[in-house]
Amino acid sequence: MSAHGHTIHVSEAPTGFVRKYIFSTDHKVIGIQYFLLALTAVMVGLVLSVLMRIHLLWPDAKLPFIANGIMTPAQYLALVTMHGTLMVFMVLTTAPQSGFGNYFLPIQIGAPDMAFPHLNMLSFWVTFVSFLCLVSAFVVPDGAPISGWTAYTPLSGLGQISGPGEGWGQTMWIVSIAFFCLGSLLGALNFIATIIDMRAPGMSLFRMPLTCWGWFVTAILGLLAFGILLAGGILLLLDRTVGTSFFLPAGLVVTDQLQPHSGGSPLLWQHLFWFFGHPEVYIAILPGMGVASHVLSTFCRKPIFGYKAMVIAMNAIGLLGFMVWGHHMFVSGMNPYSGFAFSIMTMAIGVPSAIKTFNWLSTLWGSKIHFDTPMLFAIGFVSLFVSGGLSGIFLAQPAVDNLLHATYYVVAHFHLVMGVAAIFGIFAATYFWFPKMFGRMLNEKLGKIHFWFTFVGAYCIFMPMHFLGLAGGIRRYADYTAISYLQSMRPLTMFVSFAAFVTATAQLVFLYNFFWSLKNGPKAGKNPWNATTLEWITESPPAHDNFGGQYPSVYRGPYEYSVPGAAEDYIPQNLEPSQVAREARS
Amino acid sequence: MNTDEHRSSWAAFLFPAVQFVMVAGTVFTFISGRFAPPKAITAAGEAIDLQYHMTLAVAAVVFILSQLGLAYVVLKYRDHGQRVQFTRGNNVLEAAWTSLTAILFIGLGLLGGKAWANGRMFEPNSDANLLRIEVTENQFVFNFRYPGPDGKFGRIDPKKIDSSLGNPLGLDSSDPASADDIVVPTLTVPVNREVELLLRSQDVIHSFFVRELRLQQDAVPGSIVPVRFKAEQIGKYEVVCTQLCGLGHSSMHTYLNVVSQEDFVAFLKSNAG
Repeated sequence: MSAHGHTIHVSEAPTGFVRKYIFSTDHKVIGIQYFLLALTAVMVGLVLSVLMRIHLLWPDAKLPFIANGIMTPAQYLALVTMHGTLMVFMVLTTAPQSGFGNYFLPIQIGAPDMAFPHLNMLSFWVTFVSFLCLVSAFVVPDGAPISGWTAYTPLSGLGQISGPGEGWGQTMWIVSIAFFCLGSLLGALNFIATIIDMRAPGMSLFRMPLTCWGWFVTAILGLLAFGILLAGGILLLLDRTVGTSFFLPAGLVVTDQLQPHSGGSPLLWQHLFWFFGHPEVYIAILPGMGVASHVLSTFCRKPIFGYKAMVIAMNAIGLLGFMVWGHHMFVSGMNPYSGFAFSIMTMAIGVPSAIKTFNWLSTLWGSKIHFDTPMLFAIGFVSLFVSGGLSGIFLAQPAVDNLLHATYYVVAHFHLVMGVAAIFGIFAATYFWFPKMFGRMLNEKLGKIHFWFTFVGAYCIFMPMHFLGLAGGIRRYADYTAISYLQSMRPLTMFVSFAAFVTATAQLVFLYNFFWSLKNGPKAGKNPWNATTLEWITESPPAHDNFGGQYPSVYRGPYEYSVPGAAEDYIPQNLEPSQVAREARS
Repeated sequence: MNTDEHRSSWAAFLFPAVQFVMVAGTVFTFISGRFAPPKAITAAGEAIDLQYHMTLAVAAVVFILSQLGLAYVVLKYRDHGQRVQFTRGNNVLEAAWTSLTAILFIGLGLLGGKAWANGRMFEPNSDANLLRIEVTENQFVFNFRYPGPDGKFGRIDPKKIDSSLGNPLGLDSSDPASADDIVVPTLTVPVNREVELLLRSQDVIHSFFVRELRLQQDAVPGSIVPVRFKAEQIGKYEVVCTQLCGLGHSSMHTYLNVVSQEDFVAFLKSNAG
C-alpha cells in the first residue's frame, strides 16, 4: 500500500558524533534532547517535593541535600520556589511542546525538518543554559530564592535585605527565566513557520492531527506571552542591579532601613507576570489536550467526535487565555470592578473546556476501546482534567476567592489541571511514541503498574488538598505550629505526604521501563498501533530526512478509523483513495 | 460471532471502580462538612457562603455526571468484539452543550458579583458612623492604628520608623494629630459596627486574612487598600498573612477581637495616651 510520493531536497545526514547528537540540527535529535532535559528536571523537581512533604510531617528530621541537615523555613521556601520553577518551565513547557512537538510536528505534517533547523538548535542550547542558571541557584552564596515561582516584588526586587536567597539566588533565577523566554520565543517562531509553510501536499489545516493544532496554538501563545515575561524579567533585574524602580515604590522600609527607591508599582510586576503566567497554563496543557485526543481516537478505533469543534475550542481557549490573567489578582489590591470583569471572562473559558470534555466522552461512546498503556494515560488525562478544571469555577469567582485564595485549594486545583493532567499527557505521548522514537516497544506490564500507581496516587495526593484548603491550610507555609486552626490538619497532611512518597517511588518503574526497553524492548515495526497519521508510515526510528526520500501526499483527515465499507479499521492519511481496500460484500 | 482479536482487559473494570471510589469519597467528604470553614460572622460572609454553595452544587452535578459518565463508557465500550458506531460528530449536540455550559458558568459568575461587591465596592466616606483603622504590615508583624479622639490619623514619616524605639509606624510627633493615635499589635473592633480597614505595607507584599470574615486582601507597599466589614459575633479570631513575604511568613499572625461597644470604649481608654 505504498502511497504516491514526491521528493524534497534535504541536507545530508551528519556523520560526526558532535554534529549528530550534541549540536544537531535534526528536529528529532533536538526533540529527544528537550525530552531528556525535561526528564532530568522532573526528577529534581520531584525530589524537591518529596523533601517538602517530609519537612511538613517531621520538621526536625535530618534530610539529605540540606545544609546542616535540618530544614529552615527559608530552605523550605527555596524548595517551593525551585520546585515550581523547574516544573512549570523546564518540564511542563519543555516536554510536551519543545520535546514531542519538535520530534513529531514535522513528521505529522509530512515535512523533512523544522523550518529553521539552526534556530531550532539555538533554542535548545539557550534553554539548556537557562536550566544550568536555574540549578546554579542552589549553590550560589545563600542558596536559592524564596519568593516563589511568581517572584512577586518587592520581595524579589530588593535584594539580600528582604531575605535569604534574595541575593545571588534570585538574580540567577531571573537570568535563567530570561534565557528561557528567549529560547521559547525562538522555538515558537519556528513552530509557527513550520506549520504554515511546510505542510505536505493535501495536508490542509483541517486535516492536521489535533496534536499539531495543540502545538500550533501553543506556539502562538508562546510568541505572545514569553516576550512579556522577558521584558518584565529585564526590568526586575534592573531594579535589583542598577537601582531603577520599575516595581519598587517610595518609602519602603526593610528592617528599619529606608530604601532608595521611588515611583514603581508592585502590581505592575503582577500584571506582566500573569499576562504571561495565565497563557503559560495553556501552554502546558494544550499539547496534552492534542495528545489525549489523538490517543483516544487511535485506541478506541473511532474518529474524534467533533474534530472542528475541537479545533475551535483550542483556539478559543488560546484567545480567552489572554483575557483572564487578572483572576490571579482578585485580592491583590487591583480595582474590584476589574476583578469582576476578569471573573466573567474566566467563567467563559470553562465553555471551550467543557466542549472538549464532551467530545472526548462522545468519542469513547459507541467505540471499541483497547486498553494499552498510552490509552490508560489518555483516559486518566480526561478524568484529571475534569476534576482539576471544576475547582476552577470556584476560584474564578472573586467572592469565593476571598475564602480560598492562597490556600491548598489553589494548590490542588492547579496541580490537578496543569500539573498532573499535563504530565498524563506527557506520559500518554511517551508510551504512544516511544516505539517510533526508539524503534522498540515499552513493556506493557510495567507501563500498567506505572499508570495505576500514578493515577490513584495523584488523586490521593491532590483530592484531599481541596479539603486542606477549605479547612484553612495556607500554601507556602514552612510549618503549621504558629496558627492554631491549622493544628487539626495533621492527619490529612500525613495522608497526602504518604501518598506522595508512594507515587514518587512508582516513577522509578517508569524510569526502569524507559531505559530497559531502549535496549531490550521488542522491535516496534512501522505502525504498532495501526494508526493513521504520517508518523506511522515511516521507519521506527525515522531516517534523517524522516521519509527516506518518499514524501507523502495527504488525501484525508487524521482520524479515519472504522470507516464503514473499508476492509481495515484504519485508513492512513497518505493512502490514495483508489488504494483503500473495500470490505468484501457478503 | 466475530473473529476479531479481543483487546478487552481488567482495566475496563478497574478504571470505573477507581472513578467510583474517587467520586464517592469526594462527594461524601464535602457533604460531611468535616473540613468546612467556620461559620461566617458577617452578612457579607454569609452571601459568599451562599455563592460558594451554589457553585458547589453546579460543580457537583457536572463532576458526578462527567466522571461517572467516563467510567460508564470505558466499561461499556471495552473491546468485546462489537462494531464501532461510526460518527464524526453532531453539531446540534455540540451547540446545545456549548449553550448550556455558557449559560450555567457565565450565569454563575454574574450571580457572584453581588457577594463580591460587599466590602469591596463602596463610595469613599459613605458612612458617618464608620470606624477607620489603619493596618500596617511589615516582616513579620501586624500593627493596627486607631485615630484617637480627634478622628484623624497623624502624619507618618518613613525616616522615623524605628521599632526598637517603639515607633514601628514612623509616627511624626511634630504633627499634633499623631499625639492621640493608638498603635497596637492586635485588632479590636466593636460588634455590629461598620469597620473600614486601610491596608498598608512597609516592605514587601503581605496579606490580611480572617476566615470568619470571609475576607482576604493583600497589603501592597506604596498604596492603601480599603476593605469594609461589619462583624456580628463577639469573639476572638485568628488573623494570618497569606502572601509569601519572606522566611517568617508562616509565623506572621495576630488576632481579631470582636467586642461589645462598652468593651471597645474601655479598650480605647486603656490604650490612650
